[in-house]
Amino acid sequence: MSARRLGALLAAVLVVGGGVAIGLYVALFLEASPPPVQAAVIGRRVAALELQTVAEVGHGENSFWVSYYARTPGHKWVHSTILRVPAYSLVHVTVYQYDSATGLRNPLWGQPRGVVGGVMYVNGKPVKVLNPELASHTFAIPELGVSVPLPGVDEEAPNQCSNAPCTLAEAHNTITFTFRTRGPGKYRWQCFVPCAAGFIFGFGGPMQSIGYMDGELEVQSS
Amino acid sequence: MSTGGEGGLKVPPELRRIAWLWLVLSVVATPLVVIFVGPLLPPGSASDAAHGQQQDNTVMVAIVVPIMIGLLLYFINALIMFRGKDEADALTDGPAIRGQTRVMVLWIATTFVIVLLLAAWGAYELFPGEEGAGGGLGSAPISVALPANASSALPVQVIGQQWTWTYRYPTFGGVETTELVLPVGQEVRFSVTSIDVIHSFWAVHLAVKADAVPGNANVAFVKPVREESSTVRCAELCGLWHGHMTSRLRVVSPAAFRAWIAHEREKWAPIQHYLPAYKPTYAPEPTYRAE
Amino acid sequence: MSAAAIPAAGPVREPWWRGLGRFNVFTGIVLGIGGYLIGALVIGHVLSKGIPAQTETNQNDIEFVCGILLGIVGFLVGMGFLNYPIARLTGAAPTLREKEEKGIARYFTLCTDHKVVGIQYLWGVLFFFLVAGLNAMLIRTQLLYPTEHFWSADNYITLVGLHGTMMMMMTTSMVLGPFGNYFVPVMVGAKRMAFPRIEALSFWLLPVAGVVLLAAVGAKGFPTGWTGYANLSVQAKLGMDCYLISFALIGISMALVGFNMLVTVYTMRAPGMTWTRLPIFVWSVIATAFLQLLAAPVLIAGMSLVLLDRVVGTTFFMPFSGGSPFLYENLFWFFGHPEVYILALPGFGLVLEILPVFSRKPLWGYRLAVAGLMGVALLSFFVWQHHLFVSGINPDLRPFFMFTTELISIPTALVFLNAMGTLFRGKIRFSVPMLFALALFFNFFIGGASGVFLSDAPSDVSTHGSFFVMAHFHYTIMGGLVFAFFGGLFYWFPKMFGVHLNEKLGKLQFWLFFIFFNLTFFPLFAVGMLGQPRRVSAYSPSLQWLNDWVTAAAYMIGLSFAVFVVNVVYSCFFERRRPEANPWHSKGIEWQLPTPIPVDNFERVPVINASPYEYGTPEAPLVANLNPSHAEVVAAGG
Repeated sequence: MSARRLGALLAAVLVVGGGVAIGLYVALFLEASPPPVQAAVIGRRVAALELQTVAEVGHGENSFWVSYYARTPGHKWVHSTILRVPAYSLVHVTVYQYDSATGLRNPLWGQPRGVVGGVMYVNGKPVKVLNPELASHTFAIPELGVSVPLPGVDEEAPNQCSNAPCTLAEAHNTITFTFRTRGPGKYRWQCFVPCAAGFIFGFGGPMQSIGYMDGELEVQSS
Repeated sequence: MSTGGEGGLKVPPELRRIAWLWLVLSVVATPLVVIFVGPLLPPGSASDAAHGQQQDNTVMVAIVVPIMIGLLLYFINALIMFRGKDEADALTDGPAIRGQTRVMVLWIATTFVIVLLLAAWGAYELFPGEEGAGGGLGSAPISVALPANASSALPVQVIGQQWTWTYRYPTFGGVETTELVLPVGQEVRFSVTSIDVIHSFWAVHLAVKADAVPGNANVAFVKPVREESSTVRCAELCGLWHGHMTSRLRVVSPAAFRAWIAHEREKWAPIQHYLPAYKPTYAPEPTYRAE
Repeated sequence: MSAAAIPAAGPVREPWWRGLGRFNVFTGIVLGIGGYLIGALVIGHVLSKGIPAQTETNQNDIEFVCGILLGIVGFLVGMGFLNYPIARLTGAAPTLREKEEKGIARYFTLCTDHKVVGIQYLWGVLFFFLVAGLNAMLIRTQLLYPTEHFWSADNYITLVGLHGTMMMMMTTSMVLGPFGNYFVPVMVGAKRMAFPRIEALSFWLLPVAGVVLLAAVGAKGFPTGWTGYANLSVQAKLGMDCYLISFALIGISMALVGFNMLVTVYTMRAPGMTWTRLPIFVWSVIATAFLQLLAAPVLIAGMSLVLLDRVVGTTFFMPFSGGSPFLYENLFWFFGHPEVYILALPGFGLVLEILPVFSRKPLWGYRLAVAGLMGVALLSFFVWQHHLFVSGINPDLRPFFMFTTELISIPTALVFLNAMGTLFRGKIRFSVPMLFALALFFNFFIGGASGVFLSDAPSDVSTHGSFFVMAHFHYTIMGGLVFAFFGGLFYWFPKMFGVHLNEKLGKLQFWLFFIFFNLTFFPLFAVGMLGQPRRVSAYSPSLQWLNDWVTAAAYMIGLSFAVFVVNVVYSCFFERRRPEANPWHSKGIEWQLPTPIPVDNFERVPVINASPYEYGTPEAPLVANLNPSHAEVVAAGG
């Protein structure tokens, strides 16, 4: 084979192989994002979100990890924390809380804030402050000032959920609250309870993974 | 190997022109830069620390400008003047000059003096009498590093956690807030700590930066001198939402500050008795792996 | 590429697959995978039994680390690193058989020919450099928008960490690896390195480290950037183990290279190669080797301690359990600051080697240059706490570390003086190597001047941890080392591969690189000063236009590297311009040798008669007498 032919071959390999390799490499970082879940629109500038928290996913690669789930307008529970809500709207949030209490690192987050009326409703009853020891998770969007503690279920209660998504037949608390969105943009949201069992400060693994205890709130102009 | 004796420090003819040019340019450019660019330099003048750093940056720019002009002039001049005229000329050898001791001595002496000046100026600026530096001073700063009015400073605790900042005002009942509000013209004593990993408290406009290290209280002093709003950022990579770890900072009039803190105390009253007693550092559960 | 030109022929042809069974990369990979499986699924599995923090978290560090460590051992065994020790244990005579191999295959085996190792290093380093550069492109893509747009926050942080770590790991070998291994023995008149098998080991650890680091992508990434600060690193996901192990491996490789270079230069110089005749590049290698030998063990210690914290459950860096994150910061920067000069010094050496050739003058102030290089090396061990000015260290220490840091500008300024003196009244040729060498001084001046702002403790309060720092060290490392590397590559490519790289494409690459390098990094000083911290995936919308500008310019840097790749392929396979024996008319000893340099470099040990910078002295003898008589050897003290 002449050097020229070898060179042409090498150039072709470089272009094709390099292109494919770069494409694969880039794709490696693109994947992983869970599918976005749209909030149900229930009125003019009013939307509704349904979430649940589970103590462990129960199956798959990260079966032991604690996680959020979100419900599509078609009432299907999806393993995702990418939430899409309309801008300048009220968002009614319902969280089905299936995990037991862990306690907050910073007790300050025991007080719901950034929600309409400064109140959240736990199983229908209004709550202005939660004993930080009883928090199982929080739903917090720091850039919007929203932070809501979610009281854990009794560990002794029968019928604990062990495989996500959980159903209403299993032991749970229902927390509802309403917050207001501002202009379009992307906001992060997260949990502030050190709920990742087995990890340093309870803050490794699922606490640092989008799709588990962290997510993005995509506020879209409607 | 230096030959040394090439006639002292006479400026060689090739350099005479640019020596004059350098002198003129430096004399003109340096004051211009100091007067017109200096006041525009970050971090501005919203606090004593910012002003001090701006001054510091101005001094360094003033030192760098003539050096930069000199080097650029020398290199451009040399590259034009000493380039090979054509291919053949470029392959003839230049003169075998191996070094001139006096040039070397002069060069080393000059750089040494500049370095001494810089270090002395920097150290002088560190003294808080000279407006302070705004940097973290560690948990037990010695008295020489304290501003004169340190004892009357408003103590504010900054708590970093993954991934947000909160602030406690121990002289106002230990109220904890999510927004940093400071009265203008008042010396502030930040005590920066973290309850998990290392963060770094950066109040950009105030020119304050202090690492938040768990188990350590890092003290920093600053006196805001202008009412304005800005952002606090985290300047040390702390995990997933490091880039989003911001909070609002407002410098307001003393009266507005008093009104604000009263409002905050009322707003956070429900959670207040759950908060731990004010301490320089906190070690919340879990301190190691979560059960 | 010259390998392609040498026919892969032995006296007896055998089927190509037969060769796969012998010790080479293929067997290395097979044993490496086997080692990983045994380590993870057997040893790690047994060791982690009954430890809930490992088994009930979907993050079993014990299994993973056991797997990687055994995989590495497997790879090295498969490469044949144990063959010689075992043979010696069983009574075999000492040999250097690994040197004798021929053909392209030897580039994929344990080869002890220092020129083969140099070329292995060159392509290895370039490969990882381009991968890390690709990461930089992806990072800049993200920063087109002020919030996450293309990659999620965790993938973005992993990209940042991969870019930084890979660059820091690979650029430590960027000059010492290819040019150090290839040319240091030649330049001192030796037939080989002092420890050829250690030399091979130091190279083969590099691809292993690179692959282990890249494996972090598949292990959920790591969130710490290249500095790996504890205790975040103790908390991090599985990918952190990849960072720790690969960086420690590079530490081992660095220490070995340093050790090997030092011994080679000290003990294997040819008769007549006095210390003042040593090429300045070799001096820079000595200075760097000292740093590597003394600093790298601290890195290895730091990485091992974090690994213990993660895997075994010690608490060296856990603040609420008796440990301290400050310990890690000090361990890391005690290595980390010399590391920066490990990157900078060989670049200085290279450009000072190139300047006399292209200005046809002796190196001006040779002894001063040596003093400068050694001075930087020495001082670099006394400055590490300038990384910790605002961390909460004892504030009384700040003036001291500010002073030592600013002192470094004295020896650095000496290098500038050497350059200025060398250019004076020279006959300057603007060939591609010279362009790169000259650009270093422009870039490094900006890098150095911005370094003064950072070393100044009050000013550092604002610039610390911001894009200002990031721009600063890209100016010194990319503007210094990477420019010097390309200068060296264009300069020595004809010697290493017998092919002249195309000058036009070279100049195109240079100007693209130089212009857009400055357009990329200069605005970043402003970005940092205006309040953008490093490593953020989201920033203030008011800074978007600056960031977009930087991203656009950064893509053009990427284009300049594409031009380089095109140049290599075009020059090696299409243009194939055979260089003259001494294309740059250099007096360096390496240009006295035939191209390609024969296996043992010199038929007989040469006698050195002059320094390699005797321009303007027509009566000066050639640097080396390649065929000395016995009397001449004795006269030279051999």
